[in-house]
Amino acid sequence: MTPKFKAQAGTFESSDIMVLIEPVSEEAGRQIDISSTVMLQFEDDIKNTINQVLDDLDIQNVHLIAKDKGALTPTIKARVEAAVKRSLGIQEGTM
Amino acid sequence: MARKKRRSMLYIPGNNPAMIQQAGVYGCDAVLLDLEDAVALNQKDAARILVRNMLQTVEFYDTEVCVRVNNMHTPFGLADLEEIVPLQPDNIRFPKTESVQDVKDFMKEVRRIEKEHGIKKPTMTIHVMIETAKGVANVYEIAGADPRIDAITIGGQDLTADMGIVKTPDGVGIDYARKRIVMAGKAHGLDVLDTVFADVNDEEGLREETEYIKKIGFAGKALINPRQVDGVHEVFNPTENEVRKAYRVYSEFIRNKNAGIGVFAIDGKMVDAPVVQRAITVLEYANIDLKEIEESVAS
Repeated sequence: MTPKFKAQAGTFESSDIMVLIEPVSEEAGRQIDISSTVMLQFEDDIKNTINQVLDDLDIQNVHLIAKDKGALTPTIKARVEAAVKRSLGIQEGTM
Repeated sequence: MARKKRRSMLYIPGNNPAMIQQAGVYGCDAVLLDLEDAVALNQKDAARILVRNMLQTVEFYDTEVCVRVNNMHTPFGLADLEEIVPLQPDNIRFPKTESVQDVKDFMKEVRRIEKEHGIKKPTMTIHVMIETAKGVANVYEIAGADPRIDAITIGGQDLTADMGIVKTPDGVGIDYARKRIVMAGKAHGLDVLDTVFADVNDEEGLREETEYIKKIGFAGKALINPRQVDGVHEVFNPTENEVRKAYRVYSEFIRNKNAGIGVFAIDGKMVDAPVVQRAITVLEYANIDLKEIEESVAS
């Protein structure tokens, strides 16, 4: 599936992560940009978690921007899922 | 098995990961992960997904976990159930219950989802919230509408709004509703839980209200801030004198029971079944194991 709309989920609060999704053309692949307060320690873990959710939701072509404030894995998973579903038009939310 | 304590039930907004991940360490007896009033309309989807993920991962220790879903008459209620019921939290809280039919409609969906997910022995119980005048009028029938209901609770904020009155610190406007809900809940053997105390800075007011609701039969109270936990527990915890007296009553009860005597006296006062039951409740609130008392009497 390919995201159709710009969408976001999450907040800039501590222990949360703001995830923004931008549609890209088919065959563009995944571009994931992460900034985090714990970048040095957990960048790979955050990226793996994001990729896992995108795999589960069968999203191959997307530009995902994540601004992390120390979110735990379940929070990262939840925010990515919410943002993707909003971008697919499955669920309504902000933006 | 000792009765589960529900002195304090702390509301946690379902879209707040920081608070949810710490829910097990606030010291309250139960947490209420809220998908209803604490979540903005345009964040219902995000909160539902977050709570579902947190329930699968976060350690809540001994804290009972309840999820308040949206009412089935909203666009969110059924979607909440589809995500939450398969995970079988300790309980689901069903808001704005007004009739037996409401309970039947809700439970029909709960059972359908459980069946679809192969849950043959569901452990999740149901809390019904009474928040409207119509709900108060029908509360006795609602309390007995399904065997999986194990608690009933009053929603003071919505009830006063429905009645067109202002919720005052003395609680006079909802006093009749409180007492009627207590009687209905007790008649069906349910825990009856009180509404929130909204002013987190008024510790004395919280204490007075908690003392009052304890006197009229509530088992506990919903809270909106972790700062309110200790104050509520202090009211519900028995005093040392109460524990000593209860210990003595229960010891004598076991001793007399072993001797085949039903009714007896302590210090000239009759002790019968209701007195023993009150003593058991006190001992359970004090975390005293009844079996240890029974063994010490036997030895």
